Amino acid sequence: MADTGLAATLRLQRGEWTLDVELACPVGITCVMGPSGSGKSTILQLLAGLAVPDGGRIELAGDVLLDRAKGISVPTHDRRLAYVFQGLALFPHRSGLGNVTYGMSREVPRPARIDKAQQLLDKLGVGHLARRRPRTYSGGEAQRVALARAIARSPRLILLDEPFSALDHDLKLQLIELVCGLASELRVPIVHVTHSAAEARLLADQVVRIERGKVVAVGTPGEVLANVPALD
Amino acid sequence: MSRERIWLIVRVSGLALLGVLAFVFRAEFSWGPLLLSLEVAGIATLLTLVFGVGLALLLQWRRLPARDLIDAIVSTPLVLPPTVLGYYLLVVLGNGSVFGDAWKATFGRAIIFNFEGAVIAAAVGSMPLVVRSARVGLESIDPNLIAAARTLGARPMRILFTVVLPLAAPGIIAGCMLGFARALGDYGATLMVAGARIDGTPTASVYIMDQLLAGKDEHVMTTAIATTVFGIVMLYFANRLTRSLQQRG
Repeated sequence: MADTGLAATLRLQRGEWTLDVELACPVGITCVMGPSGSGKSTILQLLAGLAVPDGGRIELAGDVLLDRAKGISVPTHDRRLAYVFQGLALFPHRSGLGNVTYGMSREVPRPARIDKAQQLLDKLGVGHLARRRPRTYSGGEAQRVALARAIARSPRLILLDEPFSALDHDLKLQLIELVCGLASELRVPIVHVTHSAAEARLLADQVVRIERGKVVAVGTPGEVLANVPALD
Repeated sequence: MSRERIWLIVRVSGLALLGVLAFVFRAEFSWGPLLLSLEVAGIATLLTLVFGVGLALLLQWRRLPARDLIDAIVSTPLVLPPTVLGYYLLVVLGNGSVFGDAWKATFGRAIIFNFEGAVIAAAVGSMPLVVRSARVGLESIDPNLIAAARTLGARPMRILFTVVLPLAAPGIIAGCMLGFARALGDYGATLMVAGARIDGTPTASVYIMDQLLAGKDEHVMTTAIATTVFGIVMLYFANRLTRSLQQRG
């Protein structure tokens, strides 16, 4: 694994259900695919430190974030990652600017943070939402603000948990294009969880297919999704 | 809320207050008991805000040992007769008790039969209302918002002050509102812990009872109306504030 990539082995037991996966995600977009209940979102939570695995190791860009054998576990707030939740989890009591500046380093003066946040919102086409609260956003606008918030803190790893699942086809395509553009610009690993093969074909540099908590296939979209129907 | 509506509310409230003031001055109204009650209830509400929100946060912690038992104990003042609550407070805070003696040694005066006793009696009586309402506010927060704040680099204290408390504010304010109303009207526990007079002045509830027994019906009526109007105006503005905070989200 290159020094800028993500390497993880994760083991988790919850009653009868077991997750046991090994991931190697280089810079670019890795789509983690699988049916509901296969453990896709759990993998993101473990990578983010929102849940603790029973065993395993996570290494990001040469830094060890977790090593259960050695008792190392970097807290979530120090992992410098970005996580776009399925429901987006925009702070309802903060404006667009308030959401985007939230994760920025507080060592940067406030005016500079606001300038940068406004630039990001403009870049993602939602500059007009800077002063408005999330309850006034449309689905696509909320997605863009969530992406702006995610990249504003210059993350070393981006985790996307089915962020486009509730969007219509055209809007989904626009946002997929946006994420592809961000991926080539940011040069960090992006782990994108989806159950949509069509989405994975459009987005992924690498596809990891999991079933019942185990990795069953890894490769390019062409290799892993060859026998999966185009419409899903 | 539009500026016109705000003006309308301010004008109506102002007129209502002026009406009450005109009425109470005509009846040679005694301000002392009402001001004392407002002071006691105000300080008690500040105490319940700090300790009540703290307790609500503690009770949200799923791994807290004996969580249900602590919850039940915190809620007990809701079901106890005020005199029983007053008796317990006398036992815990009275002269000869560890806490009462420590307080007297530190501040040079006893808690019971003093202003401090009235505040504590009012605060303990209204605490469960604040805790329960704050818990409802805390439970209404989407856990993903807290997880999002963590992934954005926020440490627990920052999450508390920038995400948890602002989002739980409507519940907390509603609890304080109920707590204030409860503290303003406290009679039994206050009478037992603080006595009939605090530095020569009774609280409004005690004053009303005194005047009723003395047959001074006009004083009873003016104090009752003034207390009611203050309560309604305060609850009205607290309701507006709560709704405005809910709409903000």
